[in-house]
Amino acid sequence: MTALVKLTGVSKAYGHVRALEDVSLEVHAGEITCVLGDNGAGKSTLIKIIAGLHQHDRGSYEIEGAPVRHASPREALDHGIATVYQDLAVVPLMPVWRNFFLGSEPRKGRGPFKRLDVAMMRETTRTALRDMGIDLRDVDQPIGTLSGGQRQCVAIARAVHFGAKVLILDEPTAALGVRQSGVVLKYVAAARDAGLGVVLITHNPHHAHLVGDRFVLLRRGTMTGSYTRDGITVDELTREMAGGTDLEALAHELRRPAP
Amino acid sequence: MTADSLAPPRRLGNRLFGRPELGAVVGAVAVFVFFSVAADSFLRPASLGTVLYAASTIGIMAVPVALLMIGGEFDLSAGVLVTSSALVSSMFSYQMTANVWVGVGVSLLVTLAIGFFNGIMLSRTKLPSFIITLGTFLMLTGLNLGFTKLIDGTVSTKSIADMEGFASARALFASHLTIGDVGLQVTILWWIVLVAVATWVLLRTRAGNWIFASGGGPDAARAVGVPVTRTKTGLYMAVAFCAWISGQHLLFSFDVVQSGEGIGNEFLYIIAAVIGGCLMTGGYGSAIGSAVGAFIFGMTSKGIVYAEWNPDWFKFFLGAMLLLATLLNAWVRKRAEAAK
Ligand SMILES: Nc1ncnc2c1ncn2[C@@H]1O[C@H](COP(=O)(O)OP(=O)(O)OP(=O)(O)O)[C@@H](O)[C@H]1O
Ligand SMILES: [Mg+2]
Repeated sequence: MTALVKLTGVSKAYGHVRALEDVSLEVHAGEITCVLGDNGAGKSTLIKIIAGLHQHDRGSYEIEGAPVRHASPREALDHGIATVYQDLAVVPLMPVWRNFFLGSEPRKGRGPFKRLDVAMMRETTRTALRDMGIDLRDVDQPIGTLSGGQRQCVAIARAVHFGAKVLILDEPTAALGVRQSGVVLKYVAAARDAGLGVVLITHNPHHAHLVGDRFVLLRRGTMTGSYTRDGITVDELTREMAGGTDLEALAHELRRPAP
Repeated sequence: MTADSLAPPRRLGNRLFGRPELGAVVGAVAVFVFFSVAADSFLRPASLGTVLYAASTIGIMAVPVALLMIGGEFDLSAGVLVTSSALVSSMFSYQMTANVWVGVGVSLLVTLAIGFFNGIMLSRTKLPSFIITLGTFLMLTGLNLGFTKLIDGTVSTKSIADMEGFASARALFASHLTIGDVGLQVTILWWIVLVAVATWVLLRTRAGNWIFASGGGPDAARAVGVPVTRTKTGLYMAVAFCAWISGQHLLFSFDVVQSGEGIGNEFLYIIAAVIGGCLMTGGYGSAIGSAVGAFIFGMTSKGIVYAEWNPDWFKFFLGAMLLLATLLNAWVRKRAEAAK
């Protein structure tokens, strides 16, 4: 089976800052690929390339076997790649239903009288969210009044509704508590079960191991490891992420001096 | 998966509080009652025409300025652009001894081009619109005076009242109609049509959705494929289009144009939009609100005259109202954004 998305040896520099160096990754339908790394490791840069916000300098980017180079997020969207950013996911002051359809508004009428199909938009938003298990009383409320987890869920439901093949999530659980994180991870799993290929960015190895099928570890722009679920345990993942020996050195340093 | 695993969504208290115009409507009623008591002649039917006329001259521009503000940007050049637009049609027609309609058409093209310039500069340079349109404001101010002096030798244009096409152009841009005691200027009609069209566009079209999103969350909008820069450029051209209407009104109601006019009006448009509930930070507001804001302006500016007070007080009122409206809006926004 060809991968939905395949990056091979991708590099990217911002001026003199080498944000990514020779990184490879695969995303398959019905699977979750986790990208793990510390702050500044290049995780966001990686997904911005997949999402079409940036272009890679070297390496190759293939969608279902065909090489691509997205000039804009719109192009990536047209290839079925939807991205949910932690802070860019929604426009807080706009009603839920307007956010749900933003950028892909259904319209009726013709010529200069082409207008939004508001009744349909409201109804579709309500049912699409209900199908994902999110029951909103009022789709007219500004989306900013929802909790962080709910907002992530609306963004995920939107991607699923618009038939995305690949769903990219940038640290969807970063700002959330334990319970809300759990809810979001459930929707991530629901998207996977709906047949989407998911890229999950996180620096929480426990979240990653709960749902992930493949793991890519980044450190300072380089790929330090690439595993499948069978190939690594949570503890190993945690250790790898913290930089293995670095952590042991840290543990040694922090140990109470013997009395 | 169960729905109850999510915290119940918070409701935005009373729906009414979600309306951007709320503060402005309350303010308008208060101002109306105030001047009805303070000035006997305020309630006469004839006064209504005068107040509406004053409101419409600001209101025509407040509509696109409000849309632009919802889209997250300012236009400080809007006031002088009106004058530029009037000068172009007047001088073109006079110098070319052309039918005034030719001048009016050329003026439309030139004015739209200036709006386009503002939009392109914004998207290319990524500088704040405050700076870019301040630059345009100063350049236009200079060009208005410079060209007029260069061509006509004085600070005002020559009269074009005896030229071909003047009568029909005046009918469109500066005629008035009397119903009983009430004289109604055609600008009031323009104003109502613009408010209606803008409201429809904002609430019922894709462009409207994009305007709200471009102001309320440009990065989020871009990420889901909204053409943010194109939307903003379109808004600058909408401002230019309305500046053209206002400019033609200016020209055809007085035959001549004073080249120094219009400076400072950009703030009146912004004030009307802000009193009408537009957030300075973008993403929130309404065209109807801008109309209520302009109506408050009309009532205050004329009410003070009817009350036979020194008109110096006018600016004080305007300033106080602006502060109150902004405070109310900030409060509304806090409720709307009460996240987490
Ligand atoms: N637009 C930019 N211009 C210049 N440098 C950038 C830019 N974006 C990111 N960088 C740099 O590239 C490196 C990788 O950043 P990136 O945002 O991809 O990291 P990250 O893994 O997402 O980190 P975090 O966990 O903090 O979100 C960092 O050193 C960062 O400073
Ligand atoms: Mg990041």
